[in-house]
Amino acid sequence: MDFMVFQYPMITVQACLDGILLGILFALIAYGMALQWGVMNIINIAQGDLVILGGYIAYFMYLYGIHPAWGVIVSPIIMYFVGVGIYKLVINKVVDRDLFISILATFGISILFMQLMNFAFGADVVLANSGYGTTFLFDSAVVLPNSKIFSAFVSIVFAIGLVIYMKKSKLGRAIRATAQNARAAKILGVDTEKVYAATFGLNAALCGVAGALISITFTIHPYMGLPYTIRSFMIVIVAGLGNLPGVAMSGMGLGVFEEFADYILGTEFRIGSVFLLLVLILVYRRFKLSRKREYLK
Amino acid sequence: MSKNVILYAAILIFGLAAPFVFPAFKVQLSILCVLIVLATTWNIQGGEMGYNTFGNILFYGLGMYLCASVQVGMFFPLAEWTESGGEKTFVHTPTQFFQGMAAGLVVAAVVPTIVAGLIGYAILGLRGHYFAICTLGLGVAAGEISGGIEIIGAGQGFTTPPFPNVGGLEARGEFFYFLSFGALVLTFIAVRAIYSTRFRLILNAIRDNEDKAEAMGIETMKYKIIGWMVSAFFCGLAGGIMGGLVGYIDSTDVAFDGREMGVFMVLMAILGGKGTLWGPVIGATVFHIFKEGFWTFFLGWQYVALGVLIVVIVIYFPEGIMGWLREKYPERFGEVVDEADRKAQVELK
Repeated sequence: MDFMVFQYPMITVQACLDGILLGILFALIAYGMALQWGVMNIINIAQGDLVILGGYIAYFMYLYGIHPAWGVIVSPIIMYFVGVGIYKLVINKVVDRDLFISILATFGISILFMQLMNFAFGADVVLANSGYGTTFLFDSAVVLPNSKIFSAFVSIVFAIGLVIYMKKSKLGRAIRATAQNARAAKILGVDTEKVYAATFGLNAALCGVAGALISITFTIHPYMGLPYTIRSFMIVIVAGLGNLPGVAMSGMGLGVFEEFADYILGTEFRIGSVFLLLVLILVYRRFKLSRKREYLK
Repeated sequence: MSKNVILYAAILIFGLAAPFVFPAFKVQLSILCVLIVLATTWNIQGGEMGYNTFGNILFYGLGMYLCASVQVGMFFPLAEWTESGGEKTFVHTPTQFFQGMAAGLVVAAVVPTIVAGLIGYAILGLRGHYFAICTLGLGVAAGEISGGIEIIGAGQGFTTPPFPNVGGLEARGEFFYFLSFGALVLTFIAVRAIYSTRFRLILNAIRDNEDKAEAMGIETMKYKIIGWMVSAFFCGLAGGIMGGLVGYIDSTDVAFDGREMGVFMVLMAILGGKGTLWGPVIGATVFHIFKEGFWTFFLGWQYVALGVLIVVIVIYFPEGIMGWLREKYPERFGEVVDEADRKAQVELK
């Protein structure tokens, strides 16, 4: 344990900035999760693995000499079809079933993806070097890689774009109608099956964007998926479904928390602290609600 | 009733004779016993109580670490043992080994029970998928955190005391087999005793409608915690035995192995049939035979096969083997079936 954070104020600034930029990425993944959770009432444990798969697409573009930033465009397109494929094969059979069935089925998909990626791409930690350089602030006391700023910017652009798309487009309206009441939407002529497939595809595409950005900014590894799932789940339950500013805020909060946990507890406890925070948040909400004799549903 | 007595006697005799009849499969049979214990205890939550947990792996791993730590720590400094990484600087005498194992197993069973009681109050208030994800988080957190603690070996793992040199390899296999078989018998008797009381009805009431159960005056929280503590007791015991059997404890790959053991116990219980006494036993046996028989053919594709297996079982076979039998031969399960009613139901479908 070391308490550098309290002795050197610049480290605090560094941790906050890193955390916010990281948190914006988390919020993008969480947005996808909130979308499918709200519309299909499914919790996708494979969310993080979709992110990592998206990251590998960008990484391979980098290996073949294309600038990995183009992965932000290519990866969501490929991931959309992957998402629709998963929906057609598995998810459409669990959509209206018991929730635990969907958790377990997506857990199976997660294990499957993890291992397939391990075979296909190897178990090494990789990153796609964007060559964007770094920005120095406050007399070089705070170091920000430009790739982090780039990824936060792209995440915001995609999030805003999706919000507008959901508001204006026909498919967006259909998705929102299905989320409100699937049966009524069906009666009024919405093909809910198609809407579900599109929703899952959009979610996978968002994961693809986030994954491409993560492969540029941080590192990716086949087994790193589950923490991203847990993070996005945590962000969604803190913010509540359908609360987009809340998702952004709690995403950034989580990012800052992680950076501080990293500095104070040490890197080996970083993932552990994320999972513990999830447990603590759930327990806190349970006691808060139980005062009103309610429970999380 | 006499039919049941014969069945139990046959299983007991088979269990006692198995290591001598199939001496080559002693380790596999011991693992099977542990798997059955885990599936049966998972079923108390997932099947009877309707609380689908991924967190029972927490007690399993905790028991594993505790048993080994006590076994070493009773006689030697624990920190130096783990630092030496299994080099034989310290050697247990046979008496020390068995004393340590006995004390370790007691601790491995009791401490997780207490832990379950403590965290149970906080966590069992969650419902449905919140509970599932929360317990999933707990299991992974425990693995990550124990992987950072130096005194129990951190990232490099913890070598459990080697079996003392009495009777050679055969004796080691038999010792661990009878230990795990004993744990299995104990678990089965305990669970069967529990299921024959009002307790099972209460658990089922919680599963079917918790709010109504509470309105009927059942203190649901109390029974949920007791149920979890029973599970934790036997999971811890199973973990302690498994730690000695494997001989090496790693935080994420052996002890808190949510990707393998944590999923296996859920899968076995579902495969056999949730909410039945025999379902988890049958499920674990079938699963273990399948796994040992075919795992080697997949050559590194095991996890791919596991992922596909989970998806297929969950989607196409959620009622399990017992559920299928029940549908097919309802008379055997003591259900009175009206033929006309059955036909009408089939037509409705």
